[in-house]
Amino acid sequence: MTLLSTPADRSASGSRLERLGAAHVALAVALVIFPAIGSDFFLTQIGGYSLIFGMLALSLMMLAGYGGMVSLAQMTVAGIAGYMVAIFGQNSSGVLGFGWPWWIAVPFAVLVAALASALIGAISVRTEGIYTIMITLAIATATFYFTQQNYTIFNGFPGFAGLKAPVFWSVDWRSPVAFYYLCLGMAALVYAAVLYGSRSTFGLTLQAIRDNPRRMRAIGFDVTAHKIFAWFLAGVIAGLAGVLLVWFNGRISPGTIGVSAAINVLIIAVIGGIRHPIGPFLGAVVVVMMQTFAIDIVGAERFNTLIGLVFLVIVFVSPDGLLGLWGKIKPHIAQESLRSGP
Amino acid sequence: MTMPQRTSAQPGLPAGGGLSRAQAWGLAGLLAGALLLWLMLGIWPAWLNAVLISKKAFASAILNGLTLAGLYFLVASGFTLVFGLMRNVNLAHGSLYLLGAYVGYEVTTRTGYWLLGVAAGFLVLAALGVVMQVLVFRRLAGDDLRQTLVTIGISIVAADLMLAAWGGSTYQIATPAWLDGAVTLPVITAVKSNGAAVFLNYPFYRLVVLLTAIAIGVGLWLMLNRTRVGMMIRAGVDDRAMLSASGVNVHAVFAVVFAVGAGLAGFAGVVGGSALSVAPGEDVRYLLASLVVVIVGGMGSITGAAIGALLIGLAEQIGLVYFPTYGVVVTFLIMVVTLAIRPQGIMGRAR
Repeated sequence: MTLLSTPADRSASGSRLERLGAAHVALAVALVIFPAIGSDFFLTQIGGYSLIFGMLALSLMMLAGYGGMVSLAQMTVAGIAGYMVAIFGQNSSGVLGFGWPWWIAVPFAVLVAALASALIGAISVRTEGIYTIMITLAIATATFYFTQQNYTIFNGFPGFAGLKAPVFWSVDWRSPVAFYYLCLGMAALVYAAVLYGSRSTFGLTLQAIRDNPRRMRAIGFDVTAHKIFAWFLAGVIAGLAGVLLVWFNGRISPGTIGVSAAINVLIIAVIGGIRHPIGPFLGAVVVVMMQTFAIDIVGAERFNTLIGLVFLVIVFVSPDGLLGLWGKIKPHIAQESLRSGP
Repeated sequence: MTMPQRTSAQPGLPAGGGLSRAQAWGLAGLLAGALLLWLMLGIWPAWLNAVLISKKAFASAILNGLTLAGLYFLVASGFTLVFGLMRNVNLAHGSLYLLGAYVGYEVTTRTGYWLLGVAAGFLVLAALGVVMQVLVFRRLAGDDLRQTLVTIGISIVAADLMLAAWGGSTYQIATPAWLDGAVTLPVITAVKSNGAAVFLNYPFYRLVVLLTAIAIGVGLWLMLNRTRVGMMIRAGVDDRAMLSASGVNVHAVFAVVFAVGAGLAGFAGVVGGSALSVAPGEDVRYLLASLVVVIVGGMGSITGAAIGALLIGLAEQIGLVYFPTYGVVVTFLIMVVTLAIRPQGIMGRAR
């Protein structure tokens, strides 16, 4: 598993600003002032959508990059949160819809999603590597077929419609700018949490378990419990993304959590790079941009061929995605600038 | 030559007295088989008809389940052969099935010979399998994750290209006249008031599918366990370098295995496309089936694939009749329970 055995990224010591990194500050400023220049279309269809899928892929990156567990069930977890919001909140499909206020329904949905994620983890942690991928893929597919066939709880094929982002603090969170900032805020929160968590005791233990589970077990760590807790945390992130996704689409149906959607999350994480939490967001932007603009080049019909080929090229050229590619190119650029200097 | 009795020689089991684990499982299997046989052949009392809807529905569900298990076995045996023996993860296996079905459809409709379509499905996919082995898996040997990612990429591209070539409509491969029609089985579904027994009619083709799957399964098992090639394959799994050092062309052996694995998927595609239908999305369905079958049965074991296919096929069809909504959940439960008790699968070797 060369792709996953990464050295823990080290943070340079120094002042708080220095440690935060100039790149981070520049990126944050650019993202915050983006609404001033971007159109509504760019704000939601590119900005919000990328941030949501970045969060989903981040939950996978966390499991795969730090825990060594590649999951294809992150979309399923997000879908569970989405369905919970639809079932316990309000929907216009006339099935269930308990009408709980958003501030109860959303935390409840995220909690259910996180518990479901922990359950998926509990099923799959006894296996490793490719077996985890297969089992999570099987779970994702089984959930998809189940939601499609079950009409009493999940309303079968049509799913739920009319799911609106709430209005509170006299802000309509469905409007493009507000929704963009909501996604940005959530993404920044989970990004910071993952960065912080990766350097915490738990994060370091998890990475050590990834690298040598037998030794960690010998020292006395409960390997299974650590892994399942990682699944729980990843479930929280995926659940939050799921809630945002439902508000973004205004609806949820089995198609949302289908196999291609589940694989899409993996593609995003791998294209961006699975070694650092920024990779998933990078991958999300690339994939969403391609999804939006490739239609003009190859037409909507053959879009999957294009994205599949890009994915194949990246996996063949650089196992660490675009971040890994950048890591390879960077030294050359640095050399180049030295040479051309006066 | 006899089967190695590894369970009875296990340390920790009481010597003499009581049953060994293998014997206990064998006995349980025998009892279940006898019960099933009685359910199929016996004349049901009224209360049983009331509980299980009807004898006809039950018998059809069992037979459909067995046929589906045969189909699943054909697909999953190729998957488990390639994975278990060569550690090559091929998540494009479902695409091989679907492509085989399309190839079979094209050849059968153009030439009018169904058997030619079956042969083409096997041969074209076998050739494609060798190409995949050489171009993809040989380069990524030993790197599970990249193999997974690359084959996922291939399956996405393949699904899209097949959609471009054949569109979204559903095809059915026409079977020849000698395979059509129904046969009357010695299974009494009901007794008329005048005392005449009503026997079950069942499509002949589906029985042929089942028999073919059994024949191929036995053939594979014999090839792996009783022939020189099979010995080389098994040796290559355990120690590739040593096999290579003893003068065997390992690449050639593995290319052959991949050809057989991919060819079986293509073969299953034509056979399945004649019994059911060919449509986009079937690739995912059969990939999932193969995954669940080999997870339940144990990776790399032909016997395991047969047991897994039997369990999943029967569960799916019985589920379809008795609890339509939760059929998928039953399949899924079988997988979870297996994993909880034996993470390596029923016939899998502990790693």
